[in-house]
Amino acid sequence: MTEIAPSVYLDHAATTSMWPEAVEVMQQEFLRTGNPSSLHEAGRRARRVVEESRELIAERLGARPSEVVFCSGGTEANNLAIKGLYWARRSANPLRNRVLFSSIEHHALLDPVTWLAAHEQARIDVTPVDQQGRIRLDALSEAIDSNPADVAAITTMWANNEMGTIQPVREVVELARAHQIPVHSDAVQAAGYLELDFAGTGLDAMTVTAHKLGGPVGVGALVIRRELDATPLLHGGGQERDLRSGTVGAALVAGFATALDLTVQHQSESGPRIEALRDRLVRGIERVVPEAIINGDPETGPGHRLPNIAHVTFPGCEGDALLMLLDAQGVQVSTGSACQAGVPQPSHVLLAMGFGDAAARGSLRFSLGHTSTAADVDRLLELLPAVCERARAAGLVRSRTS
Amino acid sequence: MYLDHAATAPPRREVLEAMWPWLTQHFGNPASHHEYGEVAKIALDDARAKIAALLGVHGAEIIFTSGGTEADNLAVKGIALADQERKHLIVSAIEHPAVLEAAHWLERFGYEVTELEVGQTGLISPESLAQALQPDTCLVSIQYANNEVGTIQPIAELAQVARQNSTWFHTDAVQAAGWLDLNVSNLGVDALAISGHKLGTPKGIGLLYLNRRLEFEPLIHGGGQQDGARSGTENVAGAVGLATALGLRAELGDQAARLSGLRDEFICQVEALGAELTGDRTARLPNNASFVFPGRSGESVLVDLAARGIVCSSGSACAAGSDEPSHVLTAMGFDRTLAQSAVRFTFDETFTEEALAEVVAALTLICG
Repeated sequence: MTEIAPSVYLDHAATTSMWPEAVEVMQQEFLRTGNPSSLHEAGRRARRVVEESRELIAERLGARPSEVVFCSGGTEANNLAIKGLYWARRSANPLRNRVLFSSIEHHALLDPVTWLAAHEQARIDVTPVDQQGRIRLDALSEAIDSNPADVAAITTMWANNEMGTIQPVREVVELARAHQIPVHSDAVQAAGYLELDFAGTGLDAMTVTAHKLGGPVGVGALVIRRELDATPLLHGGGQERDLRSGTVGAALVAGFATALDLTVQHQSESGPRIEALRDRLVRGIERVVPEAIINGDPETGPGHRLPNIAHVTFPGCEGDALLMLLDAQGVQVSTGSACQAGVPQPSHVLLAMGFGDAAARGSLRFSLGHTSTAADVDRLLELLPAVCERARAAGLVRSRTS
Repeated sequence: MYLDHAATAPPRREVLEAMWPWLTQHFGNPASHHEYGEVAKIALDDARAKIAALLGVHGAEIIFTSGGTEADNLAVKGIALADQERKHLIVSAIEHPAVLEAAHWLERFGYEVTELEVGQTGLISPESLAQALQPDTCLVSIQYANNEVGTIQPIAELAQVARQNSTWFHTDAVQAAGWLDLNVSNLGVDALAISGHKLGTPKGIGLLYLNRRLEFEPLIHGGGQQDGARSGTENVAGAVGLATALGLRAELGDQAARLSGLRDEFICQVEALGAELTGDRTARLPNNASFVFPGRSGESVLVDLAARGIVCSSGSACAAGSDEPSHVLTAMGFDRTLAQSAVRFTFDETFTEEALAEVVAALTLICG
């Protein structure tokens, strides 16, 4: 096993380290046994842990416990939401075959929606975004009004994973409500930094995952209104009110609940702290690499941009080269979504925002998290000028030789 | 005394220790292209390679899932949905709901499902499978060993019959894994599902072996992890745990034979108390002893045993709490009342003569 040298981890939006308290809770659960569906004491105890976790998660998300459906993570929750709503709404009324979704959704929605189009005769209506990466409500409104009766579902992420732009979720719900169209929101990135009041927003379904909050990989939840019909993705034992079969692990959900609880408890303190760090990072980059372009909503705060994300274009540099050079110095960043890392294609999110190919490829995402410090930011700023210079030189060599 | 290992087994210390670093310091996302990501990816690939070696398959044929239910769903739906020409499936009547429900869900897409009848001990004959096969049968899904009655199916023979019809063969090996041969070439299957928590990992990890030549439709779409077969951030700790657990089970050696002997002795003594064995006497998992208690309610036997500190179950945990008799027992020809008197004991290799004597003593008092 390779030992990792002390390093500067600025990729918390890909995944973040677990809260020690969450690790501890999981450790305790690991040492016990019991299938939550079993009727005996071991089973009942596991069930109690699952139900108490469900209650805590519901409370922290402004939802009712019965609305929390546990599953294996954000990707599964998004698949369940969009396919489940599409299938159920379409069986109820075959005319409903249109899915409205924004051009900056995560692959975990983009791909299932594309699949619905290819295999299930869904029609896809993509809502454009503005230059800051915010969904255009006028375009969405127009898309709905063109034929409200044929819309199966609308999905719009709460905050974008690459840019951190916060979406006007309440306004989307308003537009949909008039026609009783269900709205789902992928809140995977938002959950760490924004207050998610499920009931208050009027959403019909919402995705949250543990490992972006300092919980374990392998567990997440789809929060979904009880009265809403959705077709399950996984069939079997009928767990999770028949919406998601499979044994739910008490350790995973307990770790999830602990992480979410701590995240929400610390939000009022950690949000401003991390935002100050992010601003230090952004101002620092402007100082040490003056030609860098800071992307996304220039304004911060609720309704604008997540406090932990900075997205920056370095003209003349390849993002991949920057990433590797920084990594070699012990600084971990990302060129965008981890899920598409390694795919030599510019991000669909940046293209949707109107970026050219070169700018889209020459960008980095810095994402801070609960363990980030000022020293982390300063270390990055110390390394960045030389790294940019080398990346630019490498880019020049490549353009000359190709 | 915990005798419900078929529902879930206690996580093993070695497994937890192997997982530990991946839950704490090495937390990277294996899809990330920096050191944290690379380290996680190496661990994931290593776990995949170890498991592939145990099954005698290629690493690319192992798909990590959230558990057995997802693996079964992926096999049944994934294989059938990719085959637009052939719209007939065969499953056994005593499959786990993860297979049965997945198969019946396909009916909405125009698929036809045949539920294969089983004999009194739960066995499926290759002849009956041969008769049920149609030119348009795309998939046969038969469990390796039953979760309630422990009956082991002649998988290699059944898979052979399916192959002669050019039909894909999936086996739910969730209960068999850890006790029976998992070598895919020996079995001749195209897909095989395993769940970690029956083998000593925490819940939330499983896998599907899927023949590389097979076309299939993924169930969960997204970032394209695992070559697009199953999107979603990979559970590295879980995968490492599963590789460790399967490795430990492969080293069981003659424990299975010893346990079978103990199981037979246990069966013999419980039968002497008036209970009736369910499932096959010889083609049977070494750790399963299941009975019906004529004239009694299974639930009351369970309660009485629990009062004496012995934990077991009436059958599948997934069906626990339901008033319906087990679909497995009714398919095997038991009437409803008798099926409702079922009690299943499932142990592991730590089961001893002393434990056996204690359970028999408790049952003697309860049934006396």
